[in-house]
Amino acid sequence: MDVFLQQVLSGLATGGIYASLALALVMIYQATDVVNFAQGEMAMFATYLAWSMLNAGMSYWLTFVATLAIAFVAGVAIQRIIIRPVETAPILTIVIVTLGLLVILNSVAGWIWTYLQKPFPSPFPREPIRIGGIVFGAHDVGEIAVTLVMLALLFAFFRFTPLGLAMRAAAQNPVSSRLAGIRVGWMLALGWGLAAVFGAVAGLMVAPVLTLDPNMMGGIQIYAFAAATLGGFGSPVGAVVGGFIVGITENLVGTYVSFIGTELKLTVALAMIIVVLLVRPAGLFGRTVVRRV
Amino acid sequence: MSRGLRLALFVGAVGAAVVVPAFVSGFRLFQFTQVYIYAIALMGLNLLTGYNGQFSLGHGAFYAIGAYTSAIMMDRWNVPYGWTIPVAGVLCLVVGFLFGRPALRLEGLYLALATFSLALAVPQILKYFEHWTGGSQGIVLTKPKAPWGVPLTEDQWLYYLTLAVTVAMFVAAANLIRGRVGRAIVAIRDNHLAAEVMGVDTALVKSVTFGVSAAYTGVAGALSAIVIAFVAPDSFNVFLSVTLLIGIVIGGFASIWGNIFGALFIQFVPNWAQDISKAAPWAIFGIFLIGFMYAMPYGIAGAIRRLWIRWVVSRVSRAPGGDVRSSPAKASTT
Repeated sequence: MDVFLQQVLSGLATGGIYASLALALVMIYQATDVVNFAQGEMAMFATYLAWSMLNAGMSYWLTFVATLAIAFVAGVAIQRIIIRPVETAPILTIVIVTLGLLVILNSVAGWIWTYLQKPFPSPFPREPIRIGGIVFGAHDVGEIAVTLVMLALLFAFFRFTPLGLAMRAAAQNPVSSRLAGIRVGWMLALGWGLAAVFGAVAGLMVAPVLTLDPNMMGGIQIYAFAAATLGGFGSPVGAVVGGFIVGITENLVGTYVSFIGTELKLTVALAMIIVVLLVRPAGLFGRTVVRRV
Repeated sequence: MSRGLRLALFVGAVGAAVVVPAFVSGFRLFQFTQVYIYAIALMGLNLLTGYNGQFSLGHGAFYAIGAYTSAIMMDRWNVPYGWTIPVAGVLCLVVGFLFGRPALRLEGLYLALATFSLALAVPQILKYFEHWTGGSQGIVLTKPKAPWGVPLTEDQWLYYLTLAVTVAMFVAAANLIRGRVGRAIVAIRDNHLAAEVMGVDTALVKSVTFGVSAAYTGVAGALSAIVIAFVAPDSFNVFLSVTLLIGIVIGGFASIWGNIFGALFIQFVPNWAQDISKAAPWAIFGIFLIGFMYAMPYGIAGAIRRLWIRWVVSRVSRAPGGDVRSSPAKASTT
């Protein structure tokens, strides 16, 4: 039972990472109907920037804030400069552009920081936390806390601020929003910026566990895809719930199903994606879109 | 282009390919062999994405299946290498068809997602079945010698073998596309409802296209295993799938010749870029991907086609009484 609880908790911790990245994917998808294949690599790049800042002697939380700020600006810039020219092009074109971004970020990171694995510090204490007979890693608990705080902030932003309202409006009905005086193009760019921030959080939280290297986010991204698919690409709440479900499932399956272990982890995610797409393509929380043709 | 001109170009290109071994040898020749192998794989991906409009970001998976089919048959069962190529093709045909069935329900982005995840998972799956695949060590094979005492080196023999397979598969693909099935494939891409109304069995054609596409890529994989004489899981990672996609983007969607241009690009550009840095090839690939999407969405083949049309139009309009654009009335009466 203790093992089970521990696995569930560490599942929640990794689930929080998947949830953050899945949320980033869903935010962009909702606004522009595009899946950003470069989301994971953007997060990886931000984490490398943080690594450089830490190495230069900055304190952890200052680095944390600075990284998120840089990620935000970079996200906005990527949307305005790279994605905007192909905004109205067929989906395949946009997918290819984000894939191009993926390989550029991946190789540039390898170019600058080499492909060697780098240890990344955790801001949380090393000593595990004991509750009853169960031992929890402090980093796990901290990860969950950070994820929850970020989610609360995001919810508050979209629910209670005029800018959040404008962004929701721009995503839902661009034409009417434009008529109402909202600058839709900039709202989309802000969405990319926020998505980049969430990705960066995921990167910063996962780097201490996996150690930093340019291919760090590949596996995380496939799990985030699984989470977003499970929750439904149209639903932010779904992405978060999906992230936690996927995280817990991954840990429990890895522990209790012996033939899978850690070696077939990515295959489990692949199977999840395919099964969800076949059984319930809209996901748990998504609404089926009926199009008139 | 007229039929005669096409035929002349085709014969010229094959002729040029036949004399290549007289001028290059060793590693350079191996690289050209690799170009044909890529071209076959690109032809397969182009059938699916360019002509039929279905995304696949995971064609490296079929390449891997083809390569491992060939390698396992040669290594474990001592099957002559020549037989492993058609077997790999048929196996990929079946697997592709089966993958294409559920893919029918996935449109656009979702198909891209599912295939991308497949590409990411391939190396792990290959490592898992260690008993068959030799795990991360892979399988080492021996390069076949030229049969019947033909006076060719191993590299030259493999070059001609690959060239022959490539020509055969390109001719087959060209016929497929120009025929009735090809029109159905393209019609589904352009307007699947209209195609269905015209009596095209959309589901069947789409999954068969997936199968044929996978078979092409599988044959390419099998050839690569024979030519390189080595297979290992990490060479079939997600970047292989992205490489194939880059090939058809650069070469040109829905073009047969484009696959050759694409194959030349993905074979030689990384080689040159490698001199700058280990990471440079991918940075350059990425820049080309995005740049082509902005400037030449139909790739090199599309650009050539457009130049050709412009040249023909300018010649026609310069000919006496041949200016179609300025005298529509005259054109309609004749």
